[in-house]
Amino acid sequence: QKVSVEVLDHLEHLALVDFRDSEGVERLQKAIQFADQLHEVNTDGVEPMDSVLEDRCLYLREDDVTEGNCTKALLENAREKVEEYFVAPPGNIPLPKLEERETFLQGS
Amino acid sequence: AALKDGLRSQVSAALKEGRVTPTELCQRCLALIKSTKFLNAYITVAEETALKQAEESEERYKRGQPLGILDGIPIAVKDNFNTAGIETTCASNMLKGYISPYNATVVQKLLDRGAVLVGKTNLDEFAMGSGSTDGVFGPVRNPWSYSKQYKEKSVPKSHSEDEESNWVITGGSSGGSAAAVSSFTCFAALGSDTGGSTRNPAAHCGVVGLKPTYGLISRHGLIPLVNSMDVPGILTRCVDDAAVLLGSLAGHDPKDSTTIQDVFKPFELPNLTDVSKLSIGIPKEYHAPGLSSEIVALWSKATDLFKNAGAKVVEVSLPHTPYSIVCYHVLCTAEVASNMARFDGLEYGHRSDTKESTESMYAATRREGFNDVVRGRILSGNYFLLKQNYEKYFVKAQKVRRLIANDFVQVFRSGIDILLTPTTLSDAAPYTEFIQEDNRTRSAQDDILTQAANMAGLPAINVPTALSERGLPVGLQFIGRSFQEKQLLTVAKWFEKQVQFPMIQLEEVERHDSAVFQHQKSASFS
Repeated sequence: QKVSVEVLDHLEHLALVDFRDSEGVERLQKAIQFADQLHEVNTDGVEPMDSVLEDRCLYLREDDVTEGNCTKALLENAREKVEEYFVAPPGNIPLPKLEERETFLQGS
Repeated sequence: AALKDGLRSQVSAALKEGRVTPTELCQRCLALIKSTKFLNAYITVAEETALKQAEESEERYKRGQPLGILDGIPIAVKDNFNTAGIETTCASNMLKGYISPYNATVVQKLLDRGAVLVGKTNLDEFAMGSGSTDGVFGPVRNPWSYSKQYKEKSVPKSHSEDEESNWVITGGSSGGSAAAVSSFTCFAALGSDTGGSTRNPAAHCGVVGLKPTYGLISRHGLIPLVNSMDVPGILTRCVDDAAVLLGSLAGHDPKDSTTIQDVFKPFELPNLTDVSKLSIGIPKEYHAPGLSSEIVALWSKATDLFKNAGAKVVEVSLPHTPYSIVCYHVLCTAEVASNMARFDGLEYGHRSDTKESTESMYAATRREGFNDVVRGRILSGNYFLLKQNYEKYFVKAQKVRRLIANDFVQVFRSGIDILLTPTTLSDAAPYTEFIQEDNRTRSAQDDILTQAANMAGLPAINVPTALSERGLPVGLQFIGRSFQEKQLLTVAKWFEKQVQFPMIQLEEVERHDSAVFQHQKSASFS
């Protein structure tokens, strides 16, 4: 089954990365096909594995401040800043809908 | 000392005795880097800072207080490790010009021991790839393309064809590091290994490539690809040197909660002479489709080598091996989708000029900053993580991962000490041939023999074994038990001694290294 345009559009919104052309969409289709091979394996009763270190305890350290005070160094790499703030364009404006966006998917 | 000497055995002594100085070593490496520029192994050469570090090291040697074996030794670092004050790009437009405010723990450890950082090496963009061909600074060329051994065996197709079009890839994604070590521009290099990215180029470039056990070496400062599988990798010219590097890098790091807390004791490798107590497993599923007959023969010869020396050699089965690539594909893209989310242009890296909204700025930044490979993996990963797909793909893959890891547990439980497998399907392909298939296809093909060790978190090492019919390096892989690097390296060292892999004959190096170099017997193994 092919991936629907709704899902493709949804993915572009989630990933904030676009399918630049038909190759991009093809690539996803092939990736899904490839992944479908997983279903040949019988995994009844098998627990998912998050980490190979699952038999060990994750440890806690003492809540002591050991580093910090590096505001200047951290701001160094940001392109747009004001005083000690990173500056972003206005938020709460969702990416335009499919019809209004400049996306390859419009043609689909 | 020749650039070709082993660290512990020769170079360290030479430095201590003043027969060579850190500044000389550094200058030689820097000069060689310049004359091998066509390899494109380095993205950044840190000439000024390296010379300064060499100077400081020299002072220490003069006072008789070197910091250790690594003091004064030129080392290269893959460009996905953060290095303070030196550009870190991950071979991507997203991080071009990015200067990190901190050193990755492994980099800091090297610097604390006096190592001289000569430069950052080239890779596939964000370490995604198996050829070191897909970075924004262009592909890395395998030094063996220019070796006497390869040139002797190449048949020019026509008069007009120059060696320009004949060059072979390094493999990847740590191709720059492998090429740097292989061409003597540094004594050791750091790589990273998520699906084979250290061992694959090590095999193609004829160097030792060690993937340590997951949790042994800190990932703090290594720009992450797959958090549950990434490890820093070590590339050197001999197994002994890999042990030296391992000794300096391994151990708990409070800044990386996935490093184990056990105390790590650095070790020197014994000279194993008796292998009769060893049990070597030969996993039959590693006889993968596409494995070249040359490598099959080499693998078989290696097996015989162990048998004849008295070791127990047993055929074993890791039944879920054929699914490891598919499983990796899903888990990797899923974790990548998450890890790449940090690149939004706000705090560091490339930022698009788009100003309409935060979301459109993020989208444009990522559109401009990432190449097709990276974008493709992010989109695939997000697909597998969609609510409707989560159980079906992501959780399913995690279950298959357990099955793969269990396969190894079963085999090691049955008395096997070490597994012996090929590292790659064939010797290095010519660049023109390699790029005819896309990155995902190539990665799926090339990672097949290396990937499962990452799945299970096990230590694995590529040992250069012999030259192929085309005059190119072929390596074999040893996979060991969790945290049993000493045993793994001991066996690898024994094997290395048996096969006597030939030294690369590169004109550039011979011109620079005027010291008398030992003529090693050419491979008695092929």
